[in-house]
Amino acid sequence: MKTIEARPTTRAVRLRRWPAGTGDSLLRERPESLADYRASWRPDIGFPALEQLADLCDRVGLRGRGGAGFPLATKLRAVGMRARAAGVAPVVVANGDEGEPASAKDRYLLRYRPHLVLDGLTIAAHALEAQRAVVYLADDELAAAVRGRLGGLDGPVPNVVLAPGRYVAGEETAAVRMISEGVPKPTAKPPRPHERGVDGRPTLVANVETLAHLARAVRLGPDVIAAAGTTDEPGVTLLTVVPDVGEACLVEVPFGVRLSELLRFLGVGTEPAPAAVLTGGFFGGFLPRSRWDVPIGHTSMRAADAALGCGSILVIRDGCPVDVAHELLDYFAEENARQCGVCINGTRAMADALGRVAAHQAEVEDPDRLRRWSETLPGRGDCALLDAACRIVSTLFAHTDGALQRHLDQPCATCARGHERRPRTRFAVGLARPSEGER
Amino acid sequence: MRIQVEGARCQAYGLCVEHAPAAFQLDDWGYATAADDGLVTAPDVPGVEKAIAECPAQAIRRIDSD
Ligand SMILES: Cc1cc2nc3c(=O)[nH]c(=O)nc-3n(C[C@H](O)[C@H](O)[C@H](O)COP(=O)(O)O)c2cc1C
Ligand code: SF4
Ligand code: SF4
Repeated sequence: MKTIEARPTTRAVRLRRWPAGTGDSLLRERPESLADYRASWRPDIGFPALEQLADLCDRVGLRGRGGAGFPLATKLRAVGMRARAAGVAPVVVANGDEGEPASAKDRYLLRYRPHLVLDGLTIAAHALEAQRAVVYLADDELAAAVRGRLGGLDGPVPNVVLAPGRYVAGEETAAVRMISEGVPKPTAKPPRPHERGVDGRPTLVANVETLAHLARAVRLGPDVIAAAGTTDEPGVTLLTVVPDVGEACLVEVPFGVRLSELLRFLGVGTEPAPAAVLTGGFFGGFLPRSRWDVPIGHTSMRAADAALGCGSILVIRDGCPVDVAHELLDYFAEENARQCGVCINGTRAMADALGRVAAHQAEVEDPDRLRRWSETLPGRGDCALLDAACRIVSTLFAHTDGALQRHLDQPCATCARGHERRPRTRFAVGLARPSEGER
Repeated sequence: MRIQVEGARCQAYGLCVEHAPAAFQLDDWGYATAADDGLVTAPDVPGVEKAIAECPAQAIRRIDSD
């Protein structure tokens, strides 16, 4: 039987749901059919006009789930305004690339809730009067599954565009460039996609989970959404929690649950206590121990100088923070788009220096160099990948209880023990094989 | 005047810092970035305009006019 995994050598995530207060759940045991979707939801509500839709997004505080946590309402209005000013029909893109190795939520939604995602995309297309819609993803079997779900849509039938499965291909300007001209590499900003996107048209690039939440808000109404979460951030969100060893989970939680409570619930918060936690996947950096009880949410975590990002959380239980930082930097050095000299050189230089630190072979200048690069290189690349790489290094200094300094003082047994990185990182996860009869 | 060096274009020729030393910073590998978030002070404008015109990689662009 076929597997839908993009990365066959990765660990499969287990589905979990926070025990209380999630309300209507995003998770399903098996892929939802169009008939099931239509039966349990209310398509009779129709398609709200742009201003009405943007107001609804504001009311439920809908923020992007692709990484930046940007308010969807603002993006919708910006695309609408640009398109009107230019007198052209805009384009809407569902970003399902999910280049983040430690995330599986977007592939999960495309596989198990395809009609919810497609309804979200269609709702956005209607509000913006778009004539072209695109589903952008990186896995050909998933692409085939989504293509099989396009019948019966009440709007432009989306093209399914296949990305090459590299980390940067999911960055919004890389997605736009891939869809327009087949080159999956970021471009310098401005212009952003809402100004000049696919085929030069104002374009809404929204993450797959964002669109799923958009459809829920429209079909269920704001009161149902607000029954979960906090007043500031209503609703639920999907997180992929990936410990370096043991079981990785895709979990649905209401906003406001404390991160430490969640880790305990999943059995990765104690015994042994994690050596370090990173939020926002490869993008957010180390979270200091004093803030592990931060309430989960975009604004609550920003207030704690952390980021929820794409909802991926790395938990280091067995490894060493320095070795993990080395691994992530090495990953960035391999996965960057090879466009910006500063990014190509900077990620490689930081990875190599961390490798020397981990091996207790640091050159005397290495700590100062690492610190200086992490402070001076952000903002210099054409996309935010270099910034993410720098954040890992700067938070390694600031938030890991002096781990880096200890490696300078004496060899680290954990780093010396080494480990297998398959294929390139121990944090890569995917979906389990669909069981018999699921297709 | 506000400018930007496109990371993907810059080839580390370093001509820009010769024309307007205060407006650009080079990193350890010789790639340029616009200093001060790209904001160019009046005295630097002529040098920056020269750098824009002469950058062999056409990596420097104005971002206040588009
Ligand atoms: C290097 C890099 C990689 C990214 N990869 C993805 C991705 O795989 N999927 C995604 O939805 N967003 C990704 N993003 C974020 C997108 O640029 C964009 O912000 C997002 O798709 C917008 O959707 P949202 O507002 O719904 O979050 C990436 C950003 C960067 C800088
Ligand atoms: S910053 Fe790095 S990943 Fe981003 S466009 Fe430049 S080379 Fe590519
Ligand atoms: S002159 Fe152009 S190519 Fe050379 S360093 Fe400056 S911006 Fe880069």
